[in-house]
Amino acid sequence: MLLVSYAFLSFFALLAVVYYLIPGRYQWLLLLGASLLFYLSGGWKTIVFILVTIFTTWLLALKLGKLHKGTKAYIKEHGLGREEKKAYRAARKKVAWRFLLLGLWIDVGILAVLKYTNFAVDNINGFLHFMGSGESLSPVDWLLPLGISYYTFQSVGYLIDVYRGKYEPEKDLGRFALFVSFFPQLIQGPISRFDEMKEQFKASHAFDSRQVAFGLQRMLWGYFKKLIVADRLVHAVAAVSQDTDTYRGIFVLVGMLCYTVQIYADFSGGIDIVIGIAQVFGICLPENFHRPYFSKTVGEYWRRWHMSLMTWLREYIFYPASVCGPVTKLTRWNKKYLGEAIGRRTPVYAASLLVWAVTGIWHGATWGFVIWGMINCFVLLAASELAPWQRRFHEKHPKIKDQTFFKIFQIGRTLLLLSMIQTLEYYKTVPRMFGMLGSILTEWSLAPFFNGGLLTLGLDGWDWLLAALGTILMLMVSLIQRKGSVRARIAAQPWAVRFLLWSGLFVTVLIFGAYGQGFDASQFIYNQF
Amino acid sequence: MEDLLEILREINPDVDYETCDRLVEDGHITSMQIVMLVGEINQEFGVAIPADKILPEYFNSAKSLYALIQELEEE
Amino acid sequence: MMDEKKDAPEQAPQRSLKRSPKHRSAAVFGRVVVCAAILCGVLWSLQRLLVPKYMGRVVEGNLISEYYGESGDHELIILGDCEVYENISPVILWEEFGIASYIRGSAQQLIPQSYYLLEDTLRREHPQAVLLSVAAMQEGEQTNEAYNRMTMEGMEWSRYKLEAIRTTGMEEEHLVEYLFPLLRYHSRFKELDQDDIRYFWRRGKVSHNGYYMRADVRPLTDFPTPRRRADYRFPEISTQYLEKIRALCEEEGIQLVLMKAPSLYPVWYDQWEEQIRGYAEAHQLLYINCIPAIEEIGLDFNEDTYDGGLHMNVYGAEKLTRYLGRILQEGCGLKDLRGDPERDALWEEKSRFYREMKEAQEADLEQYGYLPQFTDPE
Repeated sequence: MLLVSYAFLSFFALLAVVYYLIPGRYQWLLLLGASLLFYLSGGWKTIVFILVTIFTTWLLALKLGKLHKGTKAYIKEHGLGREEKKAYRAARKKVAWRFLLLGLWIDVGILAVLKYTNFAVDNINGFLHFMGSGESLSPVDWLLPLGISYYTFQSVGYLIDVYRGKYEPEKDLGRFALFVSFFPQLIQGPISRFDEMKEQFKASHAFDSRQVAFGLQRMLWGYFKKLIVADRLVHAVAAVSQDTDTYRGIFVLVGMLCYTVQIYADFSGGIDIVIGIAQVFGICLPENFHRPYFSKTVGEYWRRWHMSLMTWLREYIFYPASVCGPVTKLTRWNKKYLGEAIGRRTPVYAASLLVWAVTGIWHGATWGFVIWGMINCFVLLAASELAPWQRRFHEKHPKIKDQTFFKIFQIGRTLLLLSMIQTLEYYKTVPRMFGMLGSILTEWSLAPFFNGGLLTLGLDGWDWLLAALGTILMLMVSLIQRKGSVRARIAAQPWAVRFLLWSGLFVTVLIFGAYGQGFDASQFIYNQF
Repeated sequence: MEDLLEILREINPDVDYETCDRLVEDGHITSMQIVMLVGEINQEFGVAIPADKILPEYFNSAKSLYALIQELEEE
Repeated sequence: MMDEKKDAPEQAPQRSLKRSPKHRSAAVFGRVVVCAAILCGVLWSLQRLLVPKYMGRVVEGNLISEYYGESGDHELIILGDCEVYENISPVILWEEFGIASYIRGSAQQLIPQSYYLLEDTLRREHPQAVLLSVAAMQEGEQTNEAYNRMTMEGMEWSRYKLEAIRTTGMEEEHLVEYLFPLLRYHSRFKELDQDDIRYFWRRGKVSHNGYYMRADVRPLTDFPTPRRRADYRFPEISTQYLEKIRALCEEEGIQLVLMKAPSLYPVWYDQWEEQIRGYAEAHQLLYINCIPAIEEIGLDFNEDTYDGGLHMNVYGAEKLTRYLGRILQEGCGLKDLRGDPERDALWEEKSRFYREMKEAQEADLEQYGYLPQFTDPE
């Protein structure tokens, strides 16, 4: 079931009605059942994987929790001294570490095998070919379980948190299963944390018209982004990326900008729908986007784009990697033999490289995405190295920093840089990416704007107009959003205004949304047979 | 405390560390700078901040960070 | 989100100061009703505006729905695809034989659809005979969503429409898009034209008791040589629904007549002919295959077809109708209903509309050499 389908919408509508009709203490069970049903609708065969993840994670977390408790109780009982305490803790931690490792192996193992086997096969085949061998492995044709990346990350985060003693493990298997499989999140996140969700899944939610209205409004806005903007521009991006012989020069720029708008509209629109759905159920999910295209630096962008994933990566990969044994050793060695400057940078560089490799491969199991991650990493590291120069510049020209034009320049620069990096996602290889980007300059011509060239990209005049107006509206909403919730502002308006705005948006999505079979008059011309 | 403030100022001099309590949330110190900071603190105070303590709640203000260092020193 | 919650309770008492809680909830209820009514009205109008009107080049989309505007009852109901609605003229059947008939025909009508249309018709009237074209026996499933739309969209809502959609709907079709055609046609906002305004409330009449008239002439051209098929059996769903039609007719005491129109293409294989003939014999049904009777009918494929031999024009249709009328009168004992003043007047009106359209088309042909409503100049 996709977010944009009659089946999904009917499923959701029915669920929402039943949800508020049954007693509150059964609401979480209903959500669990619905999540299971949702999962089954995506193919019953893959459900075993999520069940294994749920069960092992739940069990190991219980074990870790017990170890923690035991440690505390033992220390209290025996009144250990400082050194003894330390030693005892370390010993117990070692035991816990083994259980954690087991959990990580299972959770991440399933993900790795299912999602990345073909990546490995490709590489092995490439290697065999390189060695002149005629043999090759055949790629596997495994079904990828729905939302595997998201639920694996949530489970891993949970396990690590329990290991770290951040919170107690969940005793109820059902409630834990709901946390892992909560259906709106399965599709495209956000990745939530157990301590944020626990109480919400436990509580009974009385019908709150304001919450429900806000949730529905958010969903509607998500559908607007997806159906009016993203699902139109996607055709242009597809055309530009598939026919690189025809679509050069200005088309590359057009495709690049379309892609930038499209992925934001699509992804954040989807997240709006997901968060809106949860809000209808009275459940608050973490935000995933914070107007990322208003970022002034690439680093800031990555704190505002897909926030739940980036937070996860920082917390569970970046920081741990920066202080882990090997990196600490390397740091010490570098400090000793290569000097203070390199030594200081070692943990940052090592952890950054790792986290961006993971980010890349998380987005797609190809070397293209690994390189995409490395480019981002390079930009971030370069920015941090250049920071002192920048600071010096601003010290010399203190007035510039606060001027609007400079802020706009920063935003534009960041957006342009990101857009260029993103083209790798569809041009696939670095040489091609640079070749195509280069053609913007070498084959510059505005002719396609006047000779109908733009209309060959799968969008007609209406589509371009609607996509442009939709983008402008998104921009305006983002600008208003800086001063607070737009929905709250609208809610403060007289009812007639509210009605006009929301039903206007609804009708707009219904009529102008790019959904369904579309209408092709020629199809309706009876062709005599 | 003064030592810590000095380290912080070295990393990003544009912040008033005495008052700011949203260092991480408002992006005054980035994740990379946090890693640098952890290294500096290790060198300066001889305290290794473990991964599970690298959280916004400790790094959001100089005060809370100093409290964390003291806590770790005691252990 | 947090600040919103703070404001909310402050606003609520302010409003309630003016009115008692009872009044207030009544006001809210009234508001909701007004809003819902306005929204529904807007959506209804938009739907009305955006659905295709089928008043231009393609009029076939109106054939099925026009039936419901009929007042007279019919002795004969004709079911099938273009091989009936372009080849048989009920006005001639009336004028020359006194047979009151109606064609519930539509483009690429599948046998299951014929069945549900028959059920649908039986809700309103009880004919003496049903004439079913067997050309569609070869089609197991719909080839183009547009045909399904033109057949089923025009049906009034009943469980038969529902079942027709369930049985013959294509994979990409959704029931909800039949319930709310707006969902299907929303993207027609790009091609709205005058017709969408002109026929917003009412569409014009396009057929003569289900007959689609064409007076232009386009002589027979060569057809591709028929290809051999691996399997000449009819799809199971066709035979299954043919049987259902037969059983229903038997149950209702209606005489079922099978017919194959004299169309030369698509080819009607001997193997198919055998199966239909066998079926008709087994159930003692009258089966009229017009292909061997082309000469007897007097069809001239240089004069009597408007699209190179696929379908009859009005001249060919009238010839075929005369041929069928004789057989039906004898074979089904259909009475000559002429002489009842009320019915005569009704059909007089139909004859007039028929003659006027024929004359208008002939005049157009005279003037332009083609029919501007339907085709481009050659």
